[in-house]
Amino acid sequence: MSGNNKHHISYGTYIIVWLALLAFTSLTVTIAGVNLGRYTLFIALSIAAIKSALVINIFMHIKFDEPIFKVFLGISGSTLFIIFLLTFFDYIYR
Amino acid sequence: MANEIAVKNFYQQSTNKHTGILSWLLTKDHKRIGLMYMMAIMSFFVVGMIIGLLMRLELIAPGRTIMNAQTYNTLFTLHGVIMIFLFIIPGLPAIFGNFFLPIQIGAADVAFPRLNLLSWYIYMIGATLVIVSLFLPGGPIDTGWTFYIPYSIRSTTNVSMALFAAFVLGFSSILTGINFITTVHRLRAPGMGFFKMPLFVWATYATAWIQIIATPVIAITILLVIIERAFGVGIFDPALGGDPILFQHMFWIYSHPAVYIMILPAMGVVSEIIPTFSRRTIFGYKQIAYSSLAIAFIGYLVWAHHMFSSGMSDTARWIFSLLTFIVALPSGVKIFNWVATMYKGSIDPQPPFLWVMNFIFLFSIGGLTGLVLGSLATDIHLTDTYFVVAHFHYVMFGGTGTIFFAALHYWFPKMFGRMYNMKFARIAVVLYFIGFNMLYFPKFIMGYMGMPRRYYDYLPQFTPYQRISTIGSWILVGTIFFIFGYLIHALRKGKKATSNPWGGVTMEWHIPSPPPLENFKTIPTVTHEPYDFSQLKEMKNE
Amino acid sequence: MSDHQEAAVHQLHRDDAGARMGMWLFLFTEVLLFGGMFLVYAVYRYQYPDQFHLAARELNTTLGTLNTIILLTSSLTVALSIAALQNGNKFLSLILLSATLLFALTFMVIKYFEWTTKIAHGIYPGSPELLTKPNGQILFFGLYYVMTGLHGLHVLVGMVVISFMIVFIARDKVTPDNYVKLENSGLYWHLVDLIWIFLFPLFYLIQ
Ligand code: HEM
Ligand SMILES: [Cu+2]
Repeated sequence: MSGNNKHHISYGTYIIVWLALLAFTSLTVTIAGVNLGRYTLFIALSIAAIKSALVINIFMHIKFDEPIFKVFLGISGSTLFIIFLLTFFDYIYR
Repeated sequence: MANEIAVKNFYQQSTNKHTGILSWLLTKDHKRIGLMYMMAIMSFFVVGMIIGLLMRLELIAPGRTIMNAQTYNTLFTLHGVIMIFLFIIPGLPAIFGNFFLPIQIGAADVAFPRLNLLSWYIYMIGATLVIVSLFLPGGPIDTGWTFYIPYSIRSTTNVSMALFAAFVLGFSSILTGINFITTVHRLRAPGMGFFKMPLFVWATYATAWIQIIATPVIAITILLVIIERAFGVGIFDPALGGDPILFQHMFWIYSHPAVYIMILPAMGVVSEIIPTFSRRTIFGYKQIAYSSLAIAFIGYLVWAHHMFSSGMSDTARWIFSLLTFIVALPSGVKIFNWVATMYKGSIDPQPPFLWVMNFIFLFSIGGLTGLVLGSLATDIHLTDTYFVVAHFHYVMFGGTGTIFFAALHYWFPKMFGRMYNMKFARIAVVLYFIGFNMLYFPKFIMGYMGMPRRYYDYLPQFTPYQRISTIGSWILVGTIFFIFGYLIHALRKGKKATSNPWGGVTMEWHIPSPPPLENFKTIPTVTHEPYDFSQLKEMKNE
Repeated sequence: MSDHQEAAVHQLHRDDAGARMGMWLFLFTEVLLFGGMFLVYAVYRYQYPDQFHLAARELNTTLGTLNTIILLTSSLTVALSIAALQNGNKFLSLILLSATLLFALTFMVIKYFEWTTKIAHGIYPGSPELLTKPNGQILFFGLYYVMTGLHGLHVLVGMVVISFMIVFIARDKVTPDNYVKLENSGLYWHLVDLIWIFLFPLFYLIQ
């Protein structure tokens, strides 16, 4: 059968990733309670990015799937980034 | 092929057990779906054209002629919505992409045939919604096809319904894009490397990416406006603190790339037709292939050139103006490569080739006037005038619309197995050229003189130009009906087409006209470069 | 041409990697769809930073955190159920999928109470109470309802999809050597989770 996902991930790996996700969640909630001024948003988003990297790589198997999928992910991610960047050229300099 | 006669074509065979109309409505065959799109899209094109004619008739004399201002408002909105969302965006990919993309890469069908049929139904639902929105109480939408805030929140016409229709149509476009990308990645025949794909496939592939990545943005924007109208949520409405310019950003984040959804497949068709009729391999194959991707990418960076006078920041204005000039480069690469291909080729000026010549002329005018509008200072003077109307008709209609006819003339024998009248076709090219320029060139002059767009009335000094334009519209539309006439006639009475009437070498010319249901008897193995005309001799002996 | 050949060609040859590719492409469109909303959010937060802080105080962080944990766990159970099916354990796979469904339902119930309390306090789009607030807060709550609402809609769709998977597995339409449908449903569910991972800090954690 063509292209069946050959790589099997063990139950244990999934559970470890899940624990990590929970840990990051409590981390971000804790940090939100501390006043870090302008870094708050940056830290919150960084943690969200780490969490989503875990989900995408392990839960969604992109790490073990066809390499081209990563290219696709890069394309859509960078598009989103560009859209934000260019739009903010308007708002920041208004 | 010796046993060609024995091969039943896809009209005689169906992918399902039904016969008659059901064998079409339930088909999963990409060729039939392509033809179903063709029926639908051409019908809407005719409707849009007739609305265009009516608007031109209103403008034949100053003051009220055949309609009032509100009717004119709804007509230009409908004309825009139909032409953009129902004709020009789906036109080339959904008809010719569906029919020829799988064949050109040596595949039996697209990757998801059922999804393909679903996309057609979604398209039809979207189109139906547009039509229904005309007749519901509230009346037809009058915001212009750009749906700008805040008027689109305040207008009491059926804006939400029409917006929802655009949302649904976008969904259809996305699904087609997903289908084509997967097809290109997964179903290429053995030997058909990425750099052996015909350039039409490359262009359609790049287009599919734009469809996937840009359409969701307009989808959400539209949805937000609908929600805003329905529940009074504050999102774009300035009365609640919202920013109408943000709507414009999001609208053009899609709608600028959308002009590349319109033009890229057209450029792909040009890259097919020119080598075939020059008997010469395309010059700079890789550059053209890459420039498609480059256009798709850079096309993302320029959207706010539609907003120079909207009130966005000066920094954004010059950045977007600069970026706009950069996007002209890959288009320039293509034009040079096409011309270089023709150079020293043995040109055979058959109708499809003449249509391409028409395209190059009209599209160049459209493209060059685009630079006038892309530079900040001149745009401030010309924005929202007839200059813009002329510009976008030259690129969209003169560019993609003309190539629509080129593709039709190029692939007609393959799709229907018949030839049309060559003499009529040559006459049509000339009449089209005359009508088109009469219709739209005066609009450049009027725009330059200050005639604003979207007005049903004008100052007396514009009368001669408006009149030429209206007469041009009669010639153009007459020609288009003439084309439909001889093509429909050819469907029944035309000479039988051979499998390769033009001497093309891409995959579709290796199989009978019209193609058999399964396209290829066995999935072929590709050995030649895509435009290697030395195969022609072998093909004759096949 | 024989009937045999017709059947052979149009018989969809199975291509799991192709099916997954289609699904990923679809997910990217979802990402960009929500991306558009995040852009709106970003612009307004940039324009009204203080109002956003004030308005966010009114959201219940505890419930938000709880829902985050629930959704993360539901993602785990989906992933595990695929692994279980790969290992040939149909029963475990069904149990885990049902658990996912249960978590999803809990998420929606909590969301329901969150929304109804807000509405009971007179904070909903177009409410007189809300309209007395400054513009930045009106926008914040507008976005709150729209973004969590659209996300909730995706949760509901996901629940329907997972229910179908449960039926398919039970009826052996999805089996240990043909489970790409389940994989794709899992991908969709993870996406729903991913979006929440960003919604959560942006709405509940900006004190
Ligand atoms: C027979 C052919 C056509 C005629 C006679 C025609 C004529 C017109 C006229 C008179 C206007 C209104 C100008 C104004 O008052 O501002 C207009 C607008 C427009 N046309 Fe056409 N047109 C034709 C074909 C097309 C095609 C093929 C396309 C697209 C591919 C197209 C796209 C548009 C768009 C987008 C607008 C702007 C609508 C708006 O302002 O919201 N037209 N056209
Ligand atoms: Cu543009």
